[in-house]
Amino acid sequence: MKNEIGKWYRSGSPWIWMNAGAVAISIVMVIGLLFLLTVRGMSHFWPKDVLQATYAPPSEYSEDTATEIIGELVESEQVPAVQIASSGIPVDESQAFYQRNLMKLGNRDLTGADFSWVLDDFVTDISYPEGVVTLERREWGNFYGFLAEIHEQGQLVAETSNLTGVDEPLWQDFNQRLERALEIFEEIYRIENDEIGDINYAVERLRLQQRRLELNGEDTPANLAELDAERETLDAQYLELQLELNGLYEEIGRDSAVFVAANGQETEIEFSEIVFAYQPNTLGVIAKIGTYFQKLGEFLTDEPREANTEGGIFPAIFGTVMMVLLMSVFVTPFGVIAAVYLREYAKQGVITRMIRIAVNNLAGVPSIVYGVFGLGFFIYIIGGEIDQLFYPEALPAPTFGTGGLLWASLTLALLTVPVVIVATEEGLARIPRSVREGSLALGATKFETLWRVVLPMASPAMMTGLILAVARAAGEVAPLMLVGVVKLAPSLPLDGNYPYLHLDQKFMHLGFHIYDVGFQSPNVEAARPLVFATALLLVIVIAVLNLTAVALRNRLREKYKALDSH
Amino acid sequence: MNDLKNKQAELTEVENEVLTEAGAGEQDRLKFDTETCLEVKDLNLYYSRDKRALKDINLEIPRQRVTAFIGPSGCGKSSLLRCFNRMNDLVDDCIIEGAINLDGEDIYDKSVDVADLRRRVGMVFQKPNPFPKSIYENVAYGLRIQGINRKRTLDEVVESSLRSAALWDEVKDRLHDSALGMSGGQQQRLVIARTVAVQPEVLLLDEPASALDPISTLKIEELINELKEKYTIVIVTHNMQQAARVSDYTAFMYMGDMVEFDTTDNIFTNPAEKQTEDYITGRYG
Repeated sequence: MKNEIGKWYRSGSPWIWMNAGAVAISIVMVIGLLFLLTVRGMSHFWPKDVLQATYAPPSEYSEDTATEIIGELVESEQVPAVQIASSGIPVDESQAFYQRNLMKLGNRDLTGADFSWVLDDFVTDISYPEGVVTLERREWGNFYGFLAEIHEQGQLVAETSNLTGVDEPLWQDFNQRLERALEIFEEIYRIENDEIGDINYAVERLRLQQRRLELNGEDTPANLAELDAERETLDAQYLELQLELNGLYEEIGRDSAVFVAANGQETEIEFSEIVFAYQPNTLGVIAKIGTYFQKLGEFLTDEPREANTEGGIFPAIFGTVMMVLLMSVFVTPFGVIAAVYLREYAKQGVITRMIRIAVNNLAGVPSIVYGVFGLGFFIYIIGGEIDQLFYPEALPAPTFGTGGLLWASLTLALLTVPVVIVATEEGLARIPRSVREGSLALGATKFETLWRVVLPMASPAMMTGLILAVARAAGEVAPLMLVGVVKLAPSLPLDGNYPYLHLDQKFMHLGFHIYDVGFQSPNVEAARPLVFATALLLVIVIAVLNLTAVALRNRLREKYKALDSH
Repeated sequence: MNDLKNKQAELTEVENEVLTEAGAGEQDRLKFDTETCLEVKDLNLYYSRDKRALKDINLEIPRQRVTAFIGPSGCGKSSLLRCFNRMNDLVDDCIIEGAINLDGEDIYDKSVDVADLRRRVGMVFQKPNPFPKSIYENVAYGLRIQGINRKRTLDEVVESSLRSAALWDEVKDRLHDSALGMSGGQQQRLVIARTVAVQPEVLLLDEPASALDPISTLKIEELINELKEKYTIVIVTHNMQQAARVSDYTAFMYMGDMVEFDTTDNIFTNPAEKQTEDYITGRYG
């Protein structure tokens, strides 16, 4: 028996089992993580059926507490009766557990809270009326209710004949009017953000120009008149747009609809407030899939609304990608040059070895330390100096003397440069001596050899460094909070206004967005699925960035295939 | 550039001559019959303070002949070869004393541009070391280093160099494929073509066939025979038959000493030193 165990041990089987087990656990963890994020995040966009029911929890004074509820079931859990009783609801404690459901009731403007826990045992008369409408609104979150009337300029133009059922003509009329309102809204958005935004930008530039002239003592009447003339044309343009906007606002405010919410509460909602409307209980599976992707698309391409708890996260995706790309642009040449010097030119001795150890250790410095350094050095010292020298007209408002895309990218570049240095050095060390000698023997100098043969051959290693750098930088949040990430950026750092890429602008970031939505949100329940969805998206963005780099590296590897194949 | 063209034309003429009168006059060349190309004077080489790899080497290598260095492993023949194009400069702590004159000028003089020297003294290594570039770019590399980028010139030199390395017919249809896809023997001939493309005076071959199969070895040896019409060739080899086949002169080295240097015939048939005889007859090494 003992002999057999010994034999089994010597065969290496336990070792193999252990290895395979470790791999299996890693895979399960990764898949589990992705699965959790996907399920919790992506299910948020599924158009759930809306139920109508009566809820009558017991009350201490045996008064009638029955209310009507209309909303979506979010989740259920089993809660001990004792816990419920101690929270003030006199339930029968002989029943050990009660099922508690979290309902999304919406209508925050009417009831004050859009999520509510209800005890399943006291919910009765559950029905799924076909006529119930889910509205996504620009403010106040979702609305659930029945469409009763449509008004045009305050006049009743249509009303329902069948409140809880499907009133097809009325619903179609509603949708036509909604479509019109959305089109007008888009036009308003375009004018306000693009055209008026451009004018504001130009006016601001004129103001700075004037200030600069004053500072330089060149504010001659001629120069000022020139600026004034420009300003007048801009003002004229602005007035014109303002007129157009007023017209559009009048147009979009034309229609409104009256809805009946739970407990027969009637409320009038303007079409301009509605983002998206559907009757969930009438949708088939295919229609639901369509609606799902529509909502998902909105999430990916829209701007956030209502303190980031509604709407999309496009600016955060854009900011993350932008920052990582900029960081790559900074970190790659810097790291590669440093590595080339350390490996190829510096005399290999005690000092080089110490520098190398220091570089390796830099990779282990907590990222928040880099954030503090970025704030103290880049922003206050360099940024402040830049402002003094190049943007005195804008002072005391800082231009580069405050957090921004440039400083965030540089801080992260600093954070990741050790990784690039180490990877590049390893790559350089692996280039066969024979190839270098071959180049030198042809009369190439050391520099030419490096430039034409060694560096191209080491490029896959540089890419490896960059991949590691991107992986680390894209997920970093702590230092960014100090050097330029904000909860809500007014505009993207890349736009149509000269100089197009605004390195001084603050930006949004997926990692920080997760933190903000998850922990700083006024509406926890509404934010929770968004946290998961945003986390999943962050993982996807990093994966895409990484895979791009990996694909690039594989192409380079193929091109500079290792020579030791012979 | 005309210069280069003329040289290339000469080269092809020479090749043709060789082809027509192959084998003729072989014996005549086996005497010390031409001027000296490389002259080694009292050369000492230390890899570290107490490791002396070459001891007072004195040697004259004749122009446009093949000189072979033979000897047991570690005897210093590669070290000596690598002195001729100052490849030993790359080795840290390597100290060289004495002088090597190329056409009467000391190559270790301070005024010598090392890159320039290496252009004049080309080198082919033991393992084929093509660059991870196309066949064309490998051959054009040396010219591009010199700043020659005109396509017509490059095309001409690439073709003539590949022809003189007897590789043109094999690769003319895939000049822009990666050189790493070639066989080892082809790669070694490509390296020779690459070296020839910069028009060196001297070709140093460091065991050029030791990593190759017999057929590729034969091709390299034939190539050496053709190239010696134009270049001074110094070859290090472990293979005594190879030295006997390709070289006009042979130097036998042992433990950093130059034991004997004579015509290949004399070394192999009538060595003056007992050590040489022992080595050639296979008694040690």
